[in-house]
Amino acid sequence: MRPILLKGHERSLTQVKFNREGDLIFSCAKDSVASVWYAINGERLGTFEGHQGTIWSIDVDRFTQYAVTGSADFSIKLWDVQTGQNVYTWKTKTPVRRVEFSPSGDKFLAVLDGVMGYPGSVTVYEVPRDNQTQQLSQEPSEEPLYNILTHEGFEIAAVAAWSFLDRYIAVGHKDGRVSKYDGDTGEFIDALELHTQSVSDVQFSPDGTYFITSSRDSDAKLVDIETLEVLKTYETDCPLNSACITPLKQFVILGGGQDAKDVTTTSSREGKFEARLYHKIFQDEIGRVKGHFGPLNCVAVSPQGTSYASGGEDGFVRLHHFDKSYFDFKYDVEKSVEAQKHMQGLESSA
Amino acid sequence: MAATSVVDIKLEDIPVDDIDFSDLEKEFQVDSEINFDNFVVVDGAPVAPESKVPMLSKVLGKLFSQAGKVVDMNLPLDEAKKCTKGYLFVEFDSAVSAKKAIKMLNGKKLDVKHRLLVNGLSDVEKFGSESFESEFSEPKLPDFQPTDYLKSWLQDEQGRDQFVLHKNDLIGVFWNRNTQQPENAVEPRSNWSNTTVKFSPKGTYLFSYHNQGVASWGGRNFERLRRYFHPQTKALDVSPTEKYLVTLSPEPISVPEDAPADFPFGPESNGHQLCVWDIATGVSVKTFALPPNQSLHWPMIKWSFDDRFCARLGPNALAVYDAENNFELLGGKIMKIENIMDFSFAPAGVKLAANRNNELSSVLAFWTPESNNQSCKATIMEVPTRRVLRTVNLVQVSDVTLIWQEQAEYLCVKVDRHTKSRKTFFTNLEICKLTEKDVPVEKVEMKDLALKFAWEPTGQRFVTISRTDAVDDNPAIPKNVITFFAPEQKDKAAKDDIKKWKACASVTGTFSNTISWSPAGRFVVVATLVTPDTRKADFNFFDLDYTGEKTDNTCDDVAAKVKAVAHPDFYGATDMSWDPSGRFLAVWSSAVKHKLENGYKVFNVTGEVVREELIENFKNFAWRPRPASLLTNAERKKVRKNLREWSAQFDESDAMQADSAMRELILLRRSLLEEWSNYREEMTEGMEEEYNYKVYDQIETSAVDEDFEVVEEIKEEILEEKEEQVDSFEEPETSD
Repeated sequence: MRPILLKGHERSLTQVKFNREGDLIFSCAKDSVASVWYAINGERLGTFEGHQGTIWSIDVDRFTQYAVTGSADFSIKLWDVQTGQNVYTWKTKTPVRRVEFSPSGDKFLAVLDGVMGYPGSVTVYEVPRDNQTQQLSQEPSEEPLYNILTHEGFEIAAVAAWSFLDRYIAVGHKDGRVSKYDGDTGEFIDALELHTQSVSDVQFSPDGTYFITSSRDSDAKLVDIETLEVLKTYETDCPLNSACITPLKQFVILGGGQDAKDVTTTSSREGKFEARLYHKIFQDEIGRVKGHFGPLNCVAVSPQGTSYASGGEDGFVRLHHFDKSYFDFKYDVEKSVEAQKHMQGLESSA
Repeated sequence: MAATSVVDIKLEDIPVDDIDFSDLEKEFQVDSEINFDNFVVVDGAPVAPESKVPMLSKVLGKLFSQAGKVVDMNLPLDEAKKCTKGYLFVEFDSAVSAKKAIKMLNGKKLDVKHRLLVNGLSDVEKFGSESFESEFSEPKLPDFQPTDYLKSWLQDEQGRDQFVLHKNDLIGVFWNRNTQQPENAVEPRSNWSNTTVKFSPKGTYLFSYHNQGVASWGGRNFERLRRYFHPQTKALDVSPTEKYLVTLSPEPISVPEDAPADFPFGPESNGHQLCVWDIATGVSVKTFALPPNQSLHWPMIKWSFDDRFCARLGPNALAVYDAENNFELLGGKIMKIENIMDFSFAPAGVKLAANRNNELSSVLAFWTPESNNQSCKATIMEVPTRRVLRTVNLVQVSDVTLIWQEQAEYLCVKVDRHTKSRKTFFTNLEICKLTEKDVPVEKVEMKDLALKFAWEPTGQRFVTISRTDAVDDNPAIPKNVITFFAPEQKDKAAKDDIKKWKACASVTGTFSNTISWSPAGRFVVVATLVTPDTRKADFNFFDLDYTGEKTDNTCDDVAAKVKAVAHPDFYGATDMSWDPSGRFLAVWSSAVKHKLENGYKVFNVTGEVVREELIENFKNFAWRPRPASLLTNAERKKVRKNLREWSAQFDESDAMQADSAMRELILLRRSLLEEWSNYREEMTEGMEEEYNYKVYDQIETSAVDEDFEVVEEIKEEILEEKEEQVDSFEEPETSD
């Protein structure tokens, strides 16, 4: 697997994302310019320029019509993907840690930091759209749709993500908790003490019915959104910054490494700056991808499951198109179960 | 005077002692020598008029004198009718002769109407007595003894094969578990057999040799099934469908006078050495005397593929017996064939071109050498019709070998010929195509003498080992040549009848002496096994359908791609045998033959050692054969199509076998996988019900090709540009 290095950011990466078709990669870094890349060859398509500080988060809607970025400059910007124009800007009270479009694409959530007396919140804004063109039908409202202030007794939210059908918002807290809110009203539903340290990433399965969390406590966990039941746990030996679930194959990809502030004290070999592939069901580590010389801050897999990208503290995005051995890899158990199913299918058809 | 004299005479007064009774004694003497055992009563003789009596007595006298010397013969006459009564008395010189007459002639058919009933005179009393039961009472049949299911080994879940290991006096049957320690099928038994054990051709029975004869074993635990009483049996052979057993003992059968009721042989078997048994019932169905002055070639009785006929070679004759008709000679007599040297039955039914409805014929072939005014001939004959299908005439022949292809589509007549000077020898292969009309013969001429020939069991290819008679006869120089023959195939697509065989590859300079094809075809091992002449064994594995690029073929227009794939070591090997599936080759060094490196090795088709064990005093290895597969061609094709799926399952079960930790892990993973698929299923249902939402694992939409526009950019970068002043392009000076 030969990676494509996406060199364009001047500082450490904060997030990478694929669009729904998997042909574009959106990345943002601490250098206040977000980039869009062709997934096929890693060529840069363009940039979103306008932020004044670190862009903590970026997302693109399912139509690849608009992208949204959340920045440390107390603002959220909506961008037209095709032109790269800033379409709208929301001012926020605190830095924006995470933004994500809902699956339907007509709203997005923003995780607002809890600083300067603000308790921190998950705030949902609306993006009014035309049903046909998916273009903005009117100027978006500056006011949020609703505001989920940090629950009493919880530490502030670090990350958040939407479930299927905009139904729930799953929020990962700094204290390791995961809480669940109604996606329409923002009403608190349930919470779970999942990790012992801060949750660093929440990413849903392709269909939005279960999600994976990564945490600084070195674990990643697979959780069902309906019941908040922990399905699987993946234990590693280093703090994790990001985790994603691969479509097509039953794997998860975890990224992390030595804390950014400790990097100078360790060599890159000991820093464990590798992406780790675990089997989603068997919870076994099946492989590692080396390359970054700093911790991995974010990992994302294409919705088709044919490639993945990781963004590191080292300022590079490494894009990997999986090769044949990845697709062919199967446990004997999986092979035999598939074979049995195949044979049963033959028998029933005969 | 007379009255008084009667009264007066007193008994005491008679001087008894003085009277000479000798004349009376002589007259009424009861001959103590008379032995009723010497007499026989014969009934069922023709009723003849008085005038014909001398004639009749002459005929009968001649008949009975076959059994022994006839002392007297008495044909009583019916005075009223003036003709014989139809019975007679015969006196022999001894009881032995009388007994022989009873055995020989009782039930003898004199002609169509008359059948002699011969009984001993002393028996008449027994038969006439009241206590003699004249009613027919059915003999008591022994109760049916159910045996274990004899094919149980075929039901092994993993389809493993069994084999026999014989070390010291221990004989055990084991399950083959590839690389792992074989698993006992039964506890190894000591002294299971006097010599060795032998499986029947389809593996149902295991036979062992004992002082008293042979025993058959079978079922899950190899319990004894039957005993075949034939003392000192030295050789045994089983017919192809496992119906009959043939045993040979150097000791002629002797039937004791008072043979017990369960004695297997009748008096007619006295002196016979060869015996045919019905395997299932343990009954001796036929015995044969050995023809005198004949060298013994085992098997002495050869069977047709369906066990309907069997045949024996006799001097200048071939005796074919109909097994379904009490082993009567076919047509009532033996076939006179002058100088017949050897014969063999086709190992399978032959679908002759003339046969309708896919009928299969039993076919046999035999050959006769050159004689005064006859050329050497190989003849193919159909039985029971005795129709000659084809005769191949040959000249300048030193020896002929008949080699059938396993499907009996072809018969190779290997003809070892000599030049007129008889100095050099060479081989011609006359290949008869039995399924074609008129059985055409294709001739393959070889330049040297073929020592060994072997057909591919399932195919049309064959391998020979040949040797040129070099001037230098130093035995240390390897001179044998392995040659591969395959049907010529001009056009890959065409599947015509074979026109011609061509040598397509050869290996020279070997000591090879044995060819062993995998029962499944394709792979063949040509080996040098340790014999009195060779010291060091070696093995050459060949693949005849090699899929790689580089083959060892010398020509391309043949249906074979030969490649030597491996030549593993086992210097002491004395024997080898493929497993019935054709996946493994067992090679062993038997302590019976020599004491070097005794033990066995099992190779796979690529010549890798799967398992090896060196065992002191290891004697024998034998795979348990399997009956032919019941799968139809279509089913087989299906299996082949889904080979990947099957192999996935087998790989896993192999891994589970390998060690218990792996087994645990696999079971755990299996349950995890099932748990997950259950979770996803529940999720699918729940989501559908509650939110009308379809759960999926993967987004189907992807950037469609037509959305793309391929832009090709060529980037040229000039790294360095340099200008150099070159004086001239004069040729460099050359020094003289």
